[in-house]
Amino acid sequence: MTQNPTLNQAQDSAKGNLLEIRGLTKYYIKERAALNDVSFDLHYGELVSVIGPSGSGKSTLLRCINRMIEPTAGSIVFSGQEVIKLRRKELRMLRRRISMVFQHYNLVHRLTAVENVLHGRLGYKSTIAGMIGLYSESEKMKALDILAQLDIIDYSYVRIDRLSGGQMQRVGIARALVQDPLLILCDEPIASLDPKSARVIMGYLRAIADTYGIACLVNLHQVDFAIEYSDRIIALRDGEKVFDGNPNMLSTEMIEEVYGIAPDASQITPQIPLEPFDG
Amino acid sequence: MDEATRFFRNRTITIALATLGILAVNLVAGGYLQFNVSKAVSDMPNGIVWMFSNFIPSKGSLEKLPIILRQLLTTVMISIAASCISAILAIVLAVIGSESVGLKKPVPFIVRTIASVFRNIPTVAWALILLFSFKQSEFTGFLALFLTGFGYLTRCFLETIDEVSAGAVEALRATGASYGQLIAQAVIPLTATAVLSWVLYMIETNVRDATLIGILTGTGIGFVFDMYYKSFRYDAAALVIVCIVLVVIALELTSNLIRRMIL
Ligand SMILES: Nc1ncnc2c1ncn2[C@@H]1O[C@H](COP(=O)(O)OP(=O)(O)OP(=O)(O)O)[C@@H](O)[C@H]1O
Ligand SMILES: [Mg+2]
Repeated sequence: MTQNPTLNQAQDSAKGNLLEIRGLTKYYIKERAALNDVSFDLHYGELVSVIGPSGSGKSTLLRCINRMIEPTAGSIVFSGQEVIKLRRKELRMLRRRISMVFQHYNLVHRLTAVENVLHGRLGYKSTIAGMIGLYSESEKMKALDILAQLDIIDYSYVRIDRLSGGQMQRVGIARALVQDPLLILCDEPIASLDPKSARVIMGYLRAIADTYGIACLVNLHQVDFAIEYSDRIIALRDGEKVFDGNPNMLSTEMIEEVYGIAPDASQITPQIPLEPFDG
Repeated sequence: MDEATRFFRNRTITIALATLGILAVNLVAGGYLQFNVSKAVSDMPNGIVWMFSNFIPSKGSLEKLPIILRQLLTTVMISIAASCISAILAIVLAVIGSESVGLKKPVPFIVRTIASVFRNIPTVAWALILLFSFKQSEFTGFLALFLTGFGYLTRCFLETIDEVSAGAVEALRATGASYGQLIAQAVIPLTATAVLSWVLYMIETNVRDATLIGILTGTGIGFVFDMYYKSFRYDAAALVIVCIVLVVIALELTSNLIRRMIL
């Protein structure tokens, strides 16, 4: 990927912490914490994977950061700003700088790729302009530029429901990038993809972190992908952080502990996607 | 005995019991109504012969055709109007009552309650109730179709919205999009075809129901049929039925065509 001047400001910021999470706790029901006293920092341009068995709280953690889910307790400081205290309007401002990528892409299937990418600009627009889809010339150029960098420029004017899973996820990433984010939250971005497309997507995320200095927090089911692509790995189990460190520090015993006494082999070895490959 | 054997044996028993149950219910109900199956079956040929000797449009009935067509057009128009207006109201209610883009707590519950009340009162019952306030008029028929259609469509749209747009709505919300933008950029494009398809279906159903309603409210094609039927003009009444059937089939073909075009 080439350097993109408009996406560059993230890198200019001092090396410090982009995100500081302290004592983050979430109770959906009184009896059980889905997230219990989780603390960690995230640097600018760092790609951190979050692993853990199903139900360990990975999605909850991610969605608390941009308050798609309201945390019960704790503090989240993003780029020097306390997220928990923000009011509605301020929260919308914040969300412009934190984009999201989803397992099921969450695109508007009836619209074209470029229209979906431009949705990333909605937070920057007046309600009316956004409603009728009135984008500036520079926004359109930027969207097309990003589509070109992700190698799907040829599908810009194709409706999403004609694309393969891998292509849809690239549109999802393009929508995330056009937001000019400082942080991208990815909730199992490769869980619905075949291994080859999964590599392509992880490669793009790695390049985004390195080239633009955009931090990525990525929930992953496959530990081997996490080890290969991340700067750091955080492991959750029953809502608690049980590991936080370099990928090479993640021993087999540690993985067994995270996933329970008898680790499910499919969690560690490259797995065939359980869901039908929609490509 | 292993689990699989037990599972399939239990399933067989369930099916057998259900069949017996249905038969028993039939016998009880038939007994209560003193419905004699063998007599009903033996009477059927006579009934069919009577139908075919009387219910045949004759040459004479053809001169009634202009009246019939004019009333049929009124009925179709009222059905379309009722469907479209109920759809507009239903969309608004479904949006504010949905899980993914709905308003705060009590609103979705209220919307669901309203929808199910209106949907569960049959159109004919509405017509009978409304007859008291609005007398025998076209407006009564329109209102009856409108009220049930509105309840039914609200329910359908609620499900459609939550089914097809939840993911995209979450994504747009995460970009910092405002409420209006969510609706215009995600909910509307994702639900438009399903909504149109439901409205077409509603028009078809309403034309069928309108015939029956017309008999009660003394308007439209239902009234024309009732009039001929009661004055023993069976040939003209039969012509009315032929016309209704043709219109219903034509409507269904048209809406299938539209559906294929938009999907
Ligand atoms: N909306 C909700 N209401 C109630 N409980 C919830 C809700 N969402 C999640 N939970 C519970 O919180 C816990 C953590 O769920 P979460 O979705 O964060 O796990 P996860 O690690 O993302 O799992 P997976 O790998 O299956 O996606 C689970 O026990 C789940 O049942
Ligand atoms: Mg999850």
